Amino acid sequence: MSTNIPNVQSTDELREKWMKPEVITGSEMLLRSLLLEGVDCVFGYPGGAVLYIYDAMHGFEDFKHLLTRHEQGAIHAADGYARASGKVGVCIATSGPGATNLVTGIATAYMDSTPLVVITGNVATTLIGTDAFQEADITGITMPITKHSYLVRDVEDLPRVIHEAFHIANTGRKGPVLIDIPKDVSAAKALFKPHTEPVAMRGYNPTVTPNRLQLDKLHQAIAEAERPLILAGGGVVYSGGHEELFKFVTSTGIPITTTLLGLGGFPSGNDLWIGMPGMHGTYTANNAIQQSDLLINIGARFDDRVTGKLDGFAPHAKIVHIDIDPAEIGKNVAVDIPIVGDVKTVLEMLNVNVPYATKADEWRAKVAGWKQEKPFRYDDSDEVLKPQWVVEMLNDTTNGEAIVTTDVGQHQMWSAQYYRFNQPRSWVTSGGLGTMGFGFPSAIGAQMANPERLVISINGDGGMQMCSQELAICAINNIPVKIVILNNQVLGMVRQWQELIYDNRYSHIDLAGSPDFVKLAEAYGVKGLRATNKEEAQAAWKEAMDTPGPVVVEFVVNKHENVYPMVTQGSTIDQMLMGDEE
Amino acid sequence: MNITKHTIAVLVNDQPGVLQRVSGLFGRRGFNIESITVGQSEEVGLSRMVIVTTGGEKTLEQIEKQLYKIIDVIKVIDLSSKPMVTRELALIKVKSEPAERPEIMGVVETFRAAVVDIGPNSLMVQVVGDTHKIDAMLELLKPYGIRELSRTGATAMIRGNV
Repeated sequence: MSTNIPNVQSTDELREKWMKPEVITGSEMLLRSLLLEGVDCVFGYPGGAVLYIYDAMHGFEDFKHLLTRHEQGAIHAADGYARASGKVGVCIATSGPGATNLVTGIATAYMDSTPLVVITGNVATTLIGTDAFQEADITGITMPITKHSYLVRDVEDLPRVIHEAFHIANTGRKGPVLIDIPKDVSAAKALFKPHTEPVAMRGYNPTVTPNRLQLDKLHQAIAEAERPLILAGGGVVYSGGHEELFKFVTSTGIPITTTLLGLGGFPSGNDLWIGMPGMHGTYTANNAIQQSDLLINIGARFDDRVTGKLDGFAPHAKIVHIDIDPAEIGKNVAVDIPIVGDVKTVLEMLNVNVPYATKADEWRAKVAGWKQEKPFRYDDSDEVLKPQWVVEMLNDTTNGEAIVTTDVGQHQMWSAQYYRFNQPRSWVTSGGLGTMGFGFPSAIGAQMANPERLVISINGDGGMQMCSQELAICAINNIPVKIVILNNQVLGMVRQWQELIYDNRYSHIDLAGSPDFVKLAEAYGVKGLRATNKEEAQAAWKEAMDTPGPVVVEFVVNKHENVYPMVTQGSTIDQMLMGDEE
Repeated sequence: MNITKHTIAVLVNDQPGVLQRVSGLFGRRGFNIESITVGQSEEVGLSRMVIVTTGGEKTLEQIEKQLYKIIDVIKVIDLSSKPMVTRELALIKVKSEPAERPEIMGVVETFRAAVVDIGPNSLMVQVVGDTHKIDAMLELLKPYGIRELSRTGATAMIRGNV
């Protein structure tokens, strides 16, 4: 392992030791319970209300703890860890401001269904409700953005609560679960009874296995369809159903579009893959949706960035929606064949005697034609560095094998468009909430989960400045993330909107005053490189790849570049601005 | 879309914060709450909420599905889809000089309500019934002058053995 983080000491013998009933503090119960859940890495920041917990962690090497420089960095790192590994991400923060600093990260995870267990300290139970120093009602504050939350009032509840929290976070529709632990609870002692038995909760029984009759209806619909299309989303990746999806698509011969969060759920090199749909999706995917007569949604939630104007979305299609969360079915788009279940399980069952879409030959040819004629395109230049060219270079030099995390904005869309993902959990991006500041710290988590893989974090100059303090974590722990900054000196996506929709009224988007990113990196002890043309870009990237530790590479790119195609709000998705109109 | 009134019973774990989870869900998703009542259910550890809401069929479907996402929600029942009994209680403090009392008592008796307190120039009336009955009684008492009114909101059950 190339990082400086101590290896996990956890062994079967130690596990056996923890299982012995013993009178210990709530803090020790927490640590042991985390170990029993298989946690090997925690991101956090100490403070008054979690001092007992951090005291119990003194000299503790059974899991890694990374001290971030801001709680937002900790939770995005935990999120990146979870997305890149499929395991539950864990972070710890203190009460009050520590807890409220997590809110953006919790909302990010909630919108994208990332499994997290978020542990916050709180003031002692006797002080709760008195506006005590550093008190905040964090369970109340986060109620709309957590899958579930606990305020633990009795130390004896802790092992059960932690076990339930992990179960809830990583089953059904995944999501963040918050555990708020008052200071006196983490200090109190009780007999530790480990919770390892299966969780049984009356109010929580996700439907994993779908209704057989609905699957038969889908088989029938595939056999009848002349213009079928698959729309696959993050649910494919989260359920681990990518192999089943591959079999389903290749057996039926139905073209497939994958949403932003679904990228990597299906290999981009396959002929049937037609790119991403929606606001910045491909010409092919958007037209195919609009002209399809059968749209099979697999684990996507019909987000408005995908559907565009709802009234005119997929107007000719019979709609099938496969989702583990029944509340998603019919929420935005009326559905003809609803299928509630785990995507992997549903696809496994569908793949038994799955029909080939025999009537769709003309359609397949038509879609393949569009894909050929209208791929993503940009005007390359030898004078200025084009951000799309940079992403293509990253893709070419890594053979699409890296884990890529991004921040939010134009660079995110270019990364989605020009990097080619061929395996799941290689793409970490904030889709639903669109959280700036997410890209870089999430890469730290992704790297911790995959120490042997290349992790590239692609950021804009705006988002990089929202969590740049975490460069310290990379430096002191030698976490070898390659941090790319596509610097266009402006809030690019906002500028694009102001240009196209607000009549060129550029309001407060100029990021003049940004730091010298090379010096910023060096100030933290991280290597910094800058490139302003293609030659420098190739040299800098080669140097970054040849450097074992973390590196910041700033690519100074063309300031005026826009993301195309673009569907403006209020338009149907086949009404695309292609960017080549003169 | 056909906007109608719906009465929903929600069986929930008797935990702190559950009412906040349920009412918060209605608030942030733009669902209407006309009334909400909470109390014990037939089972120890479970409370029953009765929520009166308005909306079309699609809204009602979303309300049910979203409620089921709350982990402390055990069961959601659309009471208004079947014959049901709804009851609401109201306490009404109505102005009444001694001379007016017999007249008011007449209204009270007609509605099978009860006078539960008498002041020097007021009466407190308790009435139990469905929303329409209480509305009707209030109309009749209004001319005397209503000083204070407190209504509980509806609680309800499906008739028979369901």
